[in-house]
Amino acid sequence: MSLLEVNNLKTYFHTRNGIVRAVDGVSFSVDKGKTIGIVGESGSGKSVSCYSLLGLLPMPPAKIEEGEAIFDRSTDLLSCGEKVLRTIRGKRIGMIFQDPMTSLNPYMRIADQIIEPLCLHMKMDKEKALKKAIHSLDEVGIPEPDNRINMYPHEFSGGMRQRVMIAMALITNPEILIADEPTTALDVTIQKQILDLIQTRQKELGTAVIFITHDLAVISEICEEVNIMYAGRIVEKTDTKSLFRTPKHAYTRSLLKSIPANQVKGEKLYTIPGLPPDTSQIIRGCAFRERNQIGDQNQCLTNSRPEFKEVEPGHWVQNCPGCLS
Amino acid sequence: MLRFIINRLLQGLLVLFALYTITFFLAKAMPGEPFTTEKNISEEAKAYQRAIYGLDKSLFEQYLRYPINILTKGSFALSTSKGRPVEDIIAQSFPNSLILGLSALGIAICIGVPLGVISAIRKNSWVDWGAMSIAMIGICVPAFTVGPLLQIYIASHLPGLKVAGWGSPADIILPALTLGLTTAAYLARLTRGGMLEILSQDFIRTAKAKGVPSNKLITKHALRGGLLPAIAFIGPSFAALISGSFIVETIFQVPGMGQHFVNAVIARDEFLLLGVALFFGFLIVIMNLAADILTGIMDPRVRLGSNQK
Amino acid sequence: MTNQITDTEAGTSLWKDSWLRMRKNRIAVASIIVFSITCFFCFIVAWFCKDPNQVNLANKFSGPSSEHWIGTDALGRDLFSRILYGGQVSILVGLIATTVSVTIGIIYGALAGFFGGKIDSIMMRVVDTLFSIPFLMIVIVLQAVLSEWSRETSVWIVSNLNWDKGFTDRITNVLPLFFALGLLGWLTLARIVRAQVMSLKEREFVEAATSLGLTKLTVLFRHIIPNTLGPTVVYATLSVPGFIMYEATLSYLGLGVESPNSSWGILIKEGANYLETNSQLLIFPGIIFSITLFALNFLGDGLRDALDVRASKD
Repeated sequence: MSLLEVNNLKTYFHTRNGIVRAVDGVSFSVDKGKTIGIVGESGSGKSVSCYSLLGLLPMPPAKIEEGEAIFDRSTDLLSCGEKVLRTIRGKRIGMIFQDPMTSLNPYMRIADQIIEPLCLHMKMDKEKALKKAIHSLDEVGIPEPDNRINMYPHEFSGGMRQRVMIAMALITNPEILIADEPTTALDVTIQKQILDLIQTRQKELGTAVIFITHDLAVISEICEEVNIMYAGRIVEKTDTKSLFRTPKHAYTRSLLKSIPANQVKGEKLYTIPGLPPDTSQIIRGCAFRERNQIGDQNQCLTNSRPEFKEVEPGHWVQNCPGCLS
Repeated sequence: MLRFIINRLLQGLLVLFALYTITFFLAKAMPGEPFTTEKNISEEAKAYQRAIYGLDKSLFEQYLRYPINILTKGSFALSTSKGRPVEDIIAQSFPNSLILGLSALGIAICIGVPLGVISAIRKNSWVDWGAMSIAMIGICVPAFTVGPLLQIYIASHLPGLKVAGWGSPADIILPALTLGLTTAAYLARLTRGGMLEILSQDFIRTAKAKGVPSNKLITKHALRGGLLPAIAFIGPSFAALISGSFIVETIFQVPGMGQHFVNAVIARDEFLLLGVALFFGFLIVIMNLAADILTGIMDPRVRLGSNQK
Repeated sequence: MTNQITDTEAGTSLWKDSWLRMRKNRIAVASIIVFSITCFFCFIVAWFCKDPNQVNLANKFSGPSSEHWIGTDALGRDLFSRILYGGQVSILVGLIATTVSVTIGIIYGALAGFFGGKIDSIMMRVVDTLFSIPFLMIVIVLQAVLSEWSRETSVWIVSNLNWDKGFTDRITNVLPLFFALGLLGWLTLARIVRAQVMSLKEREFVEAATSLGLTKLTVLFRHIIPNTLGPTVVYATLSVPGFIMYEATLSYLGLGVESPNSSWGILIKEGANYLETNSQLLIFPGIIFSITLFALNFLGDGLRDALDVRASKD
């Protein structure tokens, strides 16, 4: 059994304008030390699924309607309650966020923020924790860590802050690191450094990584397995190689086609037409039908949601004839 | 830091000078004249008194003389209605206002801040709704309604509390409560707003993801930033509270500083008017500076040294 | 492709959107209704009521009766119509003082924000300075100065234009208050508008307008100022009850509206004198006053929630 197994997770938001089915039956699993990617447009539910696991969504309006997330064969993260969850969050599962400029507390010194997990979970005394914190800042490549640890976040650049976030998330040697678009808000030159850093640290510590992104290029670089999400569901799941070599679902193919690097020079860049469907409406049939240009729109299911099916060993896809053709 | 303080004090001097100028010319434009309280004074007697107070000089000379006298002799001139030095009147009444104001501020902070924090944590619950309704009552019901109501329904029923007067320590309670309630209400609303703003920030989610328990989330991560709006408000309102409230002093007959201003306007006593206004302006300048320094300590992003816009 | 996008583009404008959100806020809607009813009584029903200044010493402190619905005051005047006429003054003070201060605040703030640089820093330093000046004190003195002028004006109008003396007095008595409050209440708004303008003038649509060849001032008044209206409306709504409170405070101190004219502040003051024997004289004006302030404050809060784009994200 895997380290983390998420089964049929459904997270709905109960808003004034109706129920938004942000995550509508998502399953995936992570093995020890492995890296999986979750890819999708904004609003596809990729971040919400991970926030659901750690209980980070404001409830209400969010509500986990169904599903389980078995961590380490024993604990169901979705039903274990806040108290148990708190012993896992930040200790056994670490998390880094999209915007390093806003994810660190501007009113607290880096030192106080970074030692917090140690003091909370390991009951370390402050002095020892500080030593470890300085060491871990050094490991993520922050120059003069013993000096800089006493500074405030606004004295750091964006890339440096993301390094601090990584150091903070990994300081307790968690078994899983959830990275929610950790490079999106950064300059392109720094993106690469941060990706490399996550990979090196992962190898050194044996951490499993769940990597959330909308950028397929990033996926190809660091993930072993990919889940493509669309409108709150996973439409395709396979290992990275076959995803790029033999993509099945029309959405995946559209995504790949819209990567500039895959483009023939001089040809107009492909964009997926239209907008993702409104998940506050009940979707009957294939959610991608209206935007499907690569497959055959007319063959898409209209009355029933497509099943998630293993079409090749290890290669799962939503079985909609229009999207697979 | 030191440069910032000096800078702000210089700016404060400018404020005081502007305040003096405005008050001076407004006071001169006020209709009526002093010395009308004693009946049937002859014109000569009036002219004689005007000369004593220096009111016979040209407007420009008077305008310059007052601040020069303050700076060189430390004299705030004589009150025309009371015949005593203005600085004595202030020195006598200010301590009463100070005690009253401090107690009122204490009450306001003790009620307002916790109420605001609790409302923010329990947003949209009945606790929030109840607390904010109470705060709204505090803002909408004026002190001159609360005061008399407290006098009738509390002071006359509880032993040890007097309806009005200023002698024993117990006499502070009701006026301080009357004075503090409005401030408490504003503080509660500001604190709630500040806390809600902070609690919706990304770094609170980060802290949660680190496994920080919710009580620590509030005290360690949110409170510091959440209180900033309240602190910015406390500065000037503190000055207003300790400089005396005309209304509360009138209702409870507290011999404070506020009444002198109203009396000065009614009696056309320009020196008393100027003295009280300048003293109040001075308090505001100091309190604003204190609030700024406190904000700088609490919010590391505000660097006091580089505050020139 | 195009037909899909028009669907979202044809969506609601900011104001319509806000109105929809506002309508769902029950407290705000109730506030609008309460305030409308109050205004209806004060400005329309009042004309059909008894003369608020009709003294009848034989009938003082009478309880509620068919003649005097909520009784009479210490001089036998009808309390109900005094509350309504007092409401006219109080509400008008709030509205007019707000109009004056909003007008000054918008123009001042917009000019400072738009020109920026030296002009801005001087203009804002002036605001900073005025901010540190005790507001109520200056209003008191200014009011004393202006009311003398208004008394002279009143005499002049009565002798030269043959207006009714009571009517003229009533108007000239409260006019200085409107302006004393309005002239000094614009500081906060000037800051708000300036900050808005500063950020707006960097935005693309302003560049677009400028590149179309519109003059700077046209751009400012046609394109920038309308976009600052959201915060302005919220602030203005919240400052109406503030000004009403100031009026009451000044009148309570005997420095605002003068007897026999009534305003809510005057009525509360008069009522407080007889609290022990005739508590209704304080309670009725006090309740109406507080309810109106309640409604206006809740309305302002509702508007802020409805117009604040940031809050609408969650």
